[in-house]
Amino acid sequence: MYPVEFDYHRARTVRDAQQLLQQNPGAKLLAGGHSLVPLLKLRLAAPSAVVDIGRIPELRGIAQEGNAIRIGSLTTHAELAASTELKKSAAALAEAAAVVGDPAVRNRGTIGGNVAHADPASDLPAVLVALAATFVALGPNGERTIGADDFFTGIMTTALEDREILLAVRVPIAGAGQGSAYVKFSHPASRYAVVGAAARVTIGNGICTGARVALGGLLPHARRVPSVEQALVGGSADAARIAKAAAAVAADLGGDVTGDLYASAEYRAAVAPVYIKRAVAAAVARAGLA
Amino acid sequence: MTTTTTSAPARVFGSGIRRREDPRLLTGTARYTADFTLPGMLHAAILRSPHGHARIVSIDTSAAKAAPGVVAVFTGADVNSALQPIPCAWLLPNAGLKTTPYYVLAKDVVRYVGDAVAIVVAESPYQAHDAVDLIDVDYGALPSVVDPRAATEPGAPQLHPEAPGNQAFHWTVAGGDIDAAFSKAEVVVRERIIQQRLIPTAIEPRGAVAQFSPATGELTVWNTTQNPHIVRFIMSLVTGVPEDRLRVIAPEVGGGFGSKIPQIQGDFATVFCSMKLGRPVKWIETRTENYQSTTHGRDHVQDVELAATKDGKILGLRCTVWAGMGAYLSTAAPGIPTILHGLMLSGPYAVPAVKEDVYGVYTNTTPVEAYRGAGRPEATFMLERMIDLLADATRIDPVEVRRRNLLPAFNNGHNVVTGLTYDSGNYQGALDKALAHVGYDRLREEQAAARATGRYLGIGVVTYVEICGLGPSQVAGAIGFQGGLWESAIVRFHPSGKAHVFIGTSPHGQGEETTFAQIVADELGVAVNDVRVIHGDTENTPMGWGTYGSRTTAVGGAALAVATRKIKDKAKLLAAHLLEAAVEDIDYADGRFFVKGFPDKHKTIQDIALMANVAWNMPAGMEAGLEASSFYDPPNFTFPFGAHVAVVEVDPETGHVELKRYVACDDCGPQINPVIVEGQVHGGIVQGIGQALWEEAVYESNGQLLTGTLADYAIPRADLLSEIEVLSTVTPSPHHPLGVKGIGEAGTIASTSTVYNAVIDALEPFGVQSVRMPLTPERVWRAIADARKGA
Amino acid sequence: MKVSVTMSINGRAETREVEPRLLLVHFLRDAAGLTGTKIGCDTSQCGACTVLLDGVAVKSCTTLAAQADGCSVTTIEGLAQDGQLTALQEAFWARHGLQCGFCTPGMVFAAREILRTNPSPSVAQIRHGLEGNLCRCTGYQNIVRTVEAAAADPRVAQQIGGAR
Repeated sequence: MYPVEFDYHRARTVRDAQQLLQQNPGAKLLAGGHSLVPLLKLRLAAPSAVVDIGRIPELRGIAQEGNAIRIGSLTTHAELAASTELKKSAAALAEAAAVVGDPAVRNRGTIGGNVAHADPASDLPAVLVALAATFVALGPNGERTIGADDFFTGIMTTALEDREILLAVRVPIAGAGQGSAYVKFSHPASRYAVVGAAARVTIGNGICTGARVALGGLLPHARRVPSVEQALVGGSADAARIAKAAAAVAADLGGDVTGDLYASAEYRAAVAPVYIKRAVAAAVARAGLA
Repeated sequence: MTTTTTSAPARVFGSGIRRREDPRLLTGTARYTADFTLPGMLHAAILRSPHGHARIVSIDTSAAKAAPGVVAVFTGADVNSALQPIPCAWLLPNAGLKTTPYYVLAKDVVRYVGDAVAIVVAESPYQAHDAVDLIDVDYGALPSVVDPRAATEPGAPQLHPEAPGNQAFHWTVAGGDIDAAFSKAEVVVRERIIQQRLIPTAIEPRGAVAQFSPATGELTVWNTTQNPHIVRFIMSLVTGVPEDRLRVIAPEVGGGFGSKIPQIQGDFATVFCSMKLGRPVKWIETRTENYQSTTHGRDHVQDVELAATKDGKILGLRCTVWAGMGAYLSTAAPGIPTILHGLMLSGPYAVPAVKEDVYGVYTNTTPVEAYRGAGRPEATFMLERMIDLLADATRIDPVEVRRRNLLPAFNNGHNVVTGLTYDSGNYQGALDKALAHVGYDRLREEQAAARATGRYLGIGVVTYVEICGLGPSQVAGAIGFQGGLWESAIVRFHPSGKAHVFIGTSPHGQGEETTFAQIVADELGVAVNDVRVIHGDTENTPMGWGTYGSRTTAVGGAALAVATRKIKDKAKLLAAHLLEAAVEDIDYADGRFFVKGFPDKHKTIQDIALMANVAWNMPAGMEAGLEASSFYDPPNFTFPFGAHVAVVEVDPETGHVELKRYVACDDCGPQINPVIVEGQVHGGIVQGIGQALWEEAVYESNGQLLTGTLADYAIPRADLLSEIEVLSTVTPSPHHPLGVKGIGEAGTIASTSTVYNAVIDALEPFGVQSVRMPLTPERVWRAIADARKGA
Repeated sequence: MKVSVTMSINGRAETREVEPRLLLVHFLRDAAGLTGTKIGCDTSQCGACTVLLDGVAVKSCTTLAAQADGCSVTTIEGLAQDGQLTALQEAFWARHGLQCGFCTPGMVFAAREILRTNPSPSVAQIRHGLEGNLCRCTGYQNIVRTVEAAAADPRVAQQIGGAR
């Protein structure tokens, strides 16, 4: 409830933020604060300083950029959930953003803070992996782009380096016959995902021609489930086929399924196919509408 | 005929008027304990044991004392010579009760995670919490035991030398010939039931602001309590401050549910700091402190056997209960799994014989106290679970089994096998009404149709009776309660005809500022807004025993009715005098005292109030003033009852339970304010559903509380619930002046077993008969999987 | 280190030198003396601390005071004007949408946020919109009814719109 002392610096520009990070080794970036402040309050994080990037205008906004939507890292969950552009172009992301935390959390929490924090039970990472998002980061050596498959690397760890600032997330715009969905099993207390399944499918003439399916909640970090994807591609997109493909997830769940007091690893692994099945079915339905 | 339906009220009694409490609560002007700031006030933070059981080898407070803003740091060595240990106030007789000293700050040994070890006082709460982290305690870990049944086994870690085998008490209740019941039984059903430990989770955490004046020796304590007069009594015993110098104020209190009955370590430690430093000190617990150190509820292991005929007639109920008490006996703890539980074993049914052994057990966990329903949900669950098992064993519909065993209606006393005399009841009436409303037969058809399509609906039905309105003080004494259980009220009319009511109970959300004004308004014909109800401050209210056990209206309301009628009697005498008529010739109606047959010859209550206060023209021998007090000791408890029905759907793939419908028909006698009654029912039901579906305090075997935050311990949320349909019947209590019974806990008492029975009913096709609560998706899923494996 | 923080609280400017670690809820309660905003947990679950920050509902326990520098904050004290409850507050009163009152300040803002973003919510949407606010007294039912009633009251939309 009472954070330990730290210094506070507000960055006005990205450049400003870079300098402040350089001047304050060990400083943490603060965006909306809905990942960092809870840790500070419980004294699970005790940085010497925080650099508040929450008001940098260039980190805001949702805009089309070629075949992708560029989402500024300060975009809040509420903005993601309400975006008509996203609902059309990347439905799973809007859907997932609408079930992060609660309305007040969604008003402050940002996509950048969320993915940089990389809580394994967070909702957005699985969706961004399924949607083949890319992450735009700026470091001392300039800007680089990290693919979704490489971004999340472990429990609360990402490919972002020290002193790198996440500028934006780019999400490809759904093409013809493409649909995406996110289905979540919420923890009744924390609202984090016990299991979160995200799927993006491409359907042509009733046949699944492409699939990206990712899981969050039960793994150290969000990742794709290739056996499911392979089982989907080339087949019809009917319920029986989807259920059969979802069951293939067992082959993708290695020994690192995590469990807790509320839901054991065994149980999560056992119900993961159910959530995958539901996410894929919803994505297929949306593909039909697209 | 004791039951009628509620008709549209013409009176203020029975009218769902808006609460007068609300404007201040809705505008942020209400003041809770944490909202008080006094000049020169310091802030306290408490260092708590991180171990379930350990010896304190040494404590080094030097770094904390040197930290910025720190004024003082105290440990058990400072406190325990000045303060008495915290007493247990329910000394259950004939049960071999072993109390043990519960120190304000631990002495030598800590016995649960959260046991207070030291207190820091600083200029700001941030500084106080910083300094807590700087106290260095060397602990020698000791083995812990957290399960009440395991704690009684040979070789279990021992908590207290005074209580061998960790046994705090062994209490029994017996009635009828239990051996005969089982020997002639055609059917016996057995079950081990775990009533998991729950955390009350009032949204306002606990806290205290203490202000001691060294000059006068006077101590004022603002406290998050349900019973300020008991706090004053116990605070005086522990601190030595005489009761006449001690003022306890329960300002606005943000829910209690039992967890604000006892006085806890933090309260006394805060007072100690103020006395020692001569400055006001505020201590407000964090939610994690609340979870670790404010009291918990339930925690029973129950072995239950029910004997019956093959026609579903109950012959006897036999059970053994291991009731976890936590590491120390909290204020009222021993009475809860015994008096408030065992005496209700026969419920609303004709049960010829019962026998129960209850073992109170010390464990390395947070002390247990009353928690909404307190003992009665655990009794109701036991019985209602066994009846459904009996229905299953006899292949008789569970509603029919209940009908075959329910007591017939009675309106003036019925003796039951445990020795209690229920006041009034019409259990069939409530059941009929609930079933008719929900459309029970149609529901069963829908269920069958759904099963055919692979959907699993479940229907749970429960009939219950509970004991509340605690209670006759003579009984309190006989059962070891170290206080009275009467209630008090003072009614004072001012010259302008406005009235103050001062009460000894301490409502904190239940709305008695409104309903008690309705009582006075109804009896005397004053406008309800002309009556102001004052409570919560020992300095200006009469002694009373507090708000818990659904007793505020059931006992305090009776006191108020009696006091109001005393006012009426005096007013009648005065009216007769002023109207120059004989008192026998004075009638009263709608706020007017008039001469029989001459309604124009009248005096209003306002006329009377004015005259009584100026006293210009009083009858010979009549004192001035229009004020009356009552100390009402009820002749018996009250016994509200009802029937609840839940409809759920289980997702067999994931084990998720969805609540689809909930119908409650409760009977608390005449309703003073049906809107408030309905609100109490809603809240109570949802709290009970919390136990069935989501809530459980989980300890690791080493005594770590694994559900120590609201991110781990799931209380019900709006999005997880469905609409609750509330009905009622009205069966007055024959002994209460207003016939009312109490409604604070009824919902909780019935709803846990109702939802549980519904879920098990949904799982019937799989052959699942038992799932441990809470019914998390994993547990339900596993039960289905295990049943499939077994099949 | 201390930082200077200025915010407009219920229309009144408040400036304080504060530690960067100070939470907005403590700024409101302790520095500005507005104790209507409550604290019920340590983990951003209960919602008792919900206030408006630049017109949208936020949890003031999960926001640093420094982050609110230059912003406008509305607390429960800032709603009723001259003792006149807003239509939303009145709906809580009329529907018995509160009991002990401790969660109420946060609930009022949660209810307001539902209606700000969706003037005609379904019951399911109302329940979803209340997911970040815990109440232990009401079982939520009368709070749901409150929001339904408020949605049907044209004054509520007007007042929310006007405050935006």
